[in-house]
Amino acid sequence: MAVSVAPVARFYRTSVGKKAIMAVTGAIGVLFLIGHIWGNLHVFEGSEKFNSYAKFLRVVGAPVFASSQLLWLVRIVLLVSVVLHITCAVQLYQQSRAARSVQYRVHKNPGATWASRTMRIGGVIILLFIIIHLANLTWGWLHPSFVEGDVYHNVVALFSLWYVTLFYVISMLAVGFHLDHGVWSMFQTLGFRTSRNNIVLRGVALIFAVVFVIASCAVPVAVLVGIIS
Amino acid sequence: MQGQTKPAVAEPGLMRMTLHVWRQKNRQSEGRMVTYTADQISPDMSFLEMLDVVNEELVAKGEEPIAFESDCREGICGSCGMMINGIAHGPKKETTACQLHMRSFRDGDEITIEPWRARAFPIIKDLVVDRSSFDRIIQAGGYITAPTGGAPDANAIPVPKPDADFAFEAAACIGCGACVAQCPNASAMLFTAAKVAHLAVLPQGQPERYARVARMVDQMEVELFGNCTNHGECSAVCPKGIPLDMIGLLNRDYRKARVTGDRRGDDTP
Amino acid sequence: MTVEIAPRAPATGTELWNVSPDNSMLDAKDPGGPIESRWDRHKFEMKLVNPANKRRYTILVVGSGLAGASAAASLGELGYQVECFCFQDSPRRAHSIAAQGGINAAKNYRNDGDSVYRLFYDTVKGGDFRSREANVYRLAQVSVNIIDQCVAQGVPFAREYGGLLDNRSFGGAQVSRTFYARGQTGQQLLIGAYQALCRQIDLGNVRMFPRTEMLDLVVIDGAARGIVTRDLVTGEVSSHVGDAVVLASGGYGNVYFLSTNAKGSNVTAAWRAHKRGALMANPCFTQIHPTCIPVSGDYQSKLTLMSESLRNDGRIWVPVRAGDTRPPNQIPKEERDYYLERKYPSFGNLVPRDVASRNAKDVCDEGRGVGPGGLGVYLDFADAIKRLGKHTIAERYGNLFDMYQRITAENPYEVPMRIYPAIHYVMGGLWVDYELQSTIPGLFVLGEANYSDHGANRLGASALMQGLADGYFVIPYTIGNYLANMRAGAYDLGNVAFRETENEIAQRTQRLLAIKGDRTVDSFHRELGKLMWDDCGMARTDASLRRALARIPELRAEFWQNVNVPGDGAELNQSLERAGRVADFLELAELMCIDALHRTESCGAHFREESQTPDGEALRDDEHFSYVAAWEYTGVGNPPTLHKEPLEFEYVHPTQRSYK
Ligand SMILES: Cc1cc2nc3c(=O)[nH]c(=O)nc-3n(C[C@H](O)[C@H](O)[C@H](O)COP(=O)(O)OP(=O)(O)OC[C@H]3O[C@@H](n4cnc5c(N)ncnc54)[C@H](O)[C@@H]3O)c2cc1C
Ligand code: HEM
Ligand code: HEM
Ligand code: SF4
Ligand code: F3S
Ligand code: FES
Repeated sequence: MAVSVAPVARFYRTSVGKKAIMAVTGAIGVLFLIGHIWGNLHVFEGSEKFNSYAKFLRVVGAPVFASSQLLWLVRIVLLVSVVLHITCAVQLYQQSRAARSVQYRVHKNPGATWASRTMRIGGVIILLFIIIHLANLTWGWLHPSFVEGDVYHNVVALFSLWYVTLFYVISMLAVGFHLDHGVWSMFQTLGFRTSRNNIVLRGVALIFAVVFVIASCAVPVAVLVGIIS
Repeated sequence: MQGQTKPAVAEPGLMRMTLHVWRQKNRQSEGRMVTYTADQISPDMSFLEMLDVVNEELVAKGEEPIAFESDCREGICGSCGMMINGIAHGPKKETTACQLHMRSFRDGDEITIEPWRARAFPIIKDLVVDRSSFDRIIQAGGYITAPTGGAPDANAIPVPKPDADFAFEAAACIGCGACVAQCPNASAMLFTAAKVAHLAVLPQGQPERYARVARMVDQMEVELFGNCTNHGECSAVCPKGIPLDMIGLLNRDYRKARVTGDRRGDDTP
Repeated sequence: MTVEIAPRAPATGTELWNVSPDNSMLDAKDPGGPIESRWDRHKFEMKLVNPANKRRYTILVVGSGLAGASAAASLGELGYQVECFCFQDSPRRAHSIAAQGGINAAKNYRNDGDSVYRLFYDTVKGGDFRSREANVYRLAQVSVNIIDQCVAQGVPFAREYGGLLDNRSFGGAQVSRTFYARGQTGQQLLIGAYQALCRQIDLGNVRMFPRTEMLDLVVIDGAARGIVTRDLVTGEVSSHVGDAVVLASGGYGNVYFLSTNAKGSNVTAAWRAHKRGALMANPCFTQIHPTCIPVSGDYQSKLTLMSESLRNDGRIWVPVRAGDTRPPNQIPKEERDYYLERKYPSFGNLVPRDVASRNAKDVCDEGRGVGPGGLGVYLDFADAIKRLGKHTIAERYGNLFDMYQRITAENPYEVPMRIYPAIHYVMGGLWVDYELQSTIPGLFVLGEANYSDHGANRLGASALMQGLADGYFVIPYTIGNYLANMRAGAYDLGNVAFRETENEIAQRTQRLLAIKGDRTVDSFHRELGKLMWDDCGMARTDASLRRALARIPELRAEFWQNVNVPGDGAELNQSLERAGRVADFLELAELMCIDALHRTESCGAHFREESQTPDGEALRDDEHFSYVAAWEYTGVGNPPTLHKEPLEFEYVHPTQRSYK
């Protein structure tokens, strides 16, 4: 089957196409976050269970996949998604900025939500967060006492520092807002939202965002207040 | 600057307000805000009649009147349009500037009036902008090819009522450009989507359905409109209340046209 | 009051107009023969332009309303090179967009006895026997194709649950033949035509010139060869040459300043063509719509129409006693006068437009009008709400009620609406023959701009039908018959006539700008409008018309000495645009009054108080006035020359209309 790349290239060239790519890559991110936060909650089960979960992630897929192969596959998908997501975001931002060169003296925002209006700045915060986060818990560069392989230790040691936990909580709020608009927006961008299911989708997005913020903050906060140690 | 969002109050007697209006001689020159006083304003006047009164005074004083567009003054031709205190067509929902009445304001209000601002809508003079980019989007494919004379009997193809009603809801767009003006991204998605949706749900529109959306979106890009990030401000100010569903439909059809290969009628290389 | 009608006016009035010396009758080129097959036979007999040659002909279409857009698109499809002009920023905004109610077609989808013949009959009768049978029959015939064409273009007409088209009865018709798209029929039809036009623009067959105003017609060797336009943004005056010119520039109801027409509607294109030799027919035939929102103050810029369908459920009344200022709900039933129901027991509130309008004026003249200034009557839904429930009324008229409330801040569910008649449509216009050609060869006139198929009164929902019939189904044939006789591109812009006309236009513009007097353009327009409404409006008398004829030249003279047009001509200048239009209205108004004065009969919307039946209805004088009055221009202020097209009624025989 000969697949022509031309239509896809044309698709990408327009803002509607780029936006669809953002939605798909955003959806991949959402799926990742569901898994990631769910996984993180294993921390509450204690050091052993959590560390073996971390190990499990590296061996999963055997024997079809060699050690860490599946993990790398996921990482690549994530990396490509993030890069596409960000590239589209930046290009679309430039397009919109150019589309209104002179600003209004007075401009109100009827109909828009605070979440929708902070997508871009929220995105930048998330990007910074991801870099710092990786530097903390994956590469260990910023970590006070990084131990390769002892994820439980890394987590507990890190979040014992109040300013780190504070930073995480703030970042999670940013992600929460991004998701509140993003999850709803995704459906609209992919053409699945209608006036009839709008209420449901708005609700799903809001609940998802709130649950996400609570679940993700649970770990750092629990460490800080000593539930996990 | 608060009064305009409060509920209408029909105050007896006349009002006086301060207007800050964008004045710009022509496309090339720089514009600026100029302050005027609108005196003896009756709450029963329409917003444009208020401007008429101000203009008559300006002319009497030997100054040039404020240029703004209007034709039908019934909310249907889409000629009028201006940002009134930061909202396209002003504070009243589903109401064009020509149908907005001064009873939506209060004595002593300050009103800021600016033209639509978008690169795709260059200013011609004062509050008058060039919206021909909309025409070019339609020219790019916003039609059904139905040459005069060849049509079958009008009742030959029944159209389910819900589809007909949906098509009508989309077709109610008056091409005023408020959606672009209000959108923080200056995107023309609501306008384009309304036309795409109108023709996409009718049986008559099927043969060119995907080619149409592809061409219209391409033209929208050429005209240098912004992109849609689903803010929904467009729909909130649209005088015909065109819902965001139209944008969803455009997104879906565009994806089908370009990716899943439903390229019926698409003859672009 | 009965008044004897003698043919006295033509005798006493000759100082105000001349009758064409040889008294030659205008030839409508009606092909004759059985009316059912007349158009088909004529279509066959007309000459065709070879398809390969069509490309070489250029046709200039002025106007992008229903008539202009449908013509430009159809001619483009045929292969002609078309140039289309409109003064709005987009062809989609032409005044046709405002039509609400619907469009008639003799589809007989209801099985209620409609037919082409019945539509033809109703239109001739509704026009009070002042239209040309052959044209009206053709109109009824092609009405059927219009609906097919529009549906194919995607016009979202109202439908029933089975998916078939819905109809309603409109304007007192006894059959349901009106197709509609909620309250936006005009916009939906126009968008259909506009989209067809856009397709031709994209294909390169039509060049569109928006924001371009036609300011003159160029006639060379006795035929229309081009137009001179002003670019409304740059002020540039330029010429366009064509093998034929199609005028579809709409109606001139705005001569009255306050009307339901769009603010920009004007007579300029038609008037300049008239001054170049095209005859103007029945200019005084003006339709007044009975259900408009009354004037609320001096600042009023236009009047808003409320759909006539409101009369189906609303009851019209005024207080019995003059000067009764109690709020409506405090006036007991016995002290209300439901005057239409009283005077016309069988039609009641549904009498035709002219009758309803005149009666409203009469009760207001008696001092029984309601609302500010006493110019209004109640249209009351209280009984209908009691009978059908608020819900049903909201379903039927919700949009209209909202619109009314938006404008007046009164809630019509609780307080009766106030309505008053307003100028709405002009039946008069440039005279055309069966092929829609004016008296200038090569100048075709379509839509409201022509002396139309509506005689002295237009039925509801038939202007849209006529505009589209002319544009889609008549002009594509008849223009070929004209072009086939001539060489394509015989004239070019090098012709000196273009330079001369351009110079005249430039000079006129300069003159307007140079006056810099004390009065604004609008002040003149308002004064003219008031004068026309008072003296040449719903009811006219010899005295009122003579009064107007004395005042108009004075006002015109003052205009040219004292108008203030700020700014200059080299940019967008809305005052200048308006000034040019008002200048033309000031000339047209005089002709309208002369026409009204000369026609001493009443017919349709033209009501001469001297000519009425014992119970106050319009009384025609078929013996003396069964003709179309077509006027020839002889210079500003000079008596125009009257030409007559006699009207013969082979099929529908004139009777006195009665709605008792
Ligand atoms: C409020 C309202 C409601 C109505 N409702 C109905 C209804 O329900 N049913 C019905 O049948 N009829 C209705 N009518 C009447 C009907 O709408 C009009 O008669 C009809 O639309 C006229 O169409 P047109 O194409 O002849 O002219 P228009 O639509 O008036 O178009 C005129 C065109 O000519 C152009 N033009 C004019 N002068 C110049 C110039 N000098 N240079 C360049 N371009 C020029 C304009 O730009 C415009 O494009 C209604 C009218 C009004 C006012
Ligand atoms: C991994 C974390 C991220 C997730 C899960 C995520 C998710 C999403 C989702 C679901 C959307 C909605 C797409 C749509 O409207 O259809 C979205 C939009 C957006 N994202 Fe992200 N995103 C993430 C990271 C980022 C980052 C790092 C940035 C910026 C640098 C960013 C910038 C944006 C922007 C600007 C939008 C709005 C785009 C638009 O609606 O057109 N996001 N994101
Ligand atoms: C407060 C909540 C969070 C906690 C406690 C947390 C914890 C962790 C931990 C412990 C790791 C290391 C896992 C390992 O090495 O096996 C990790 C990796 C990672 N986290 Fe988080 N995380 C949180 C939120 C986020 C968010 C919001 C994002 C994305 C926006 C994110 C993205 C990542 C990524 C991309 C990795 C690297 C995965 C890999 O190894 O490929 N995390 N996180
Ligand atoms: S979608 Fe609404 S706001 Fe946009 S042009 Fe159409 S009517 Fe105006
Ligand atoms: S406001 Fe703008 S971002 Fe999209 S939903 Fe409307 S076009
Ligand atoms: S003037 Fe026509 S919509 Fe306002």
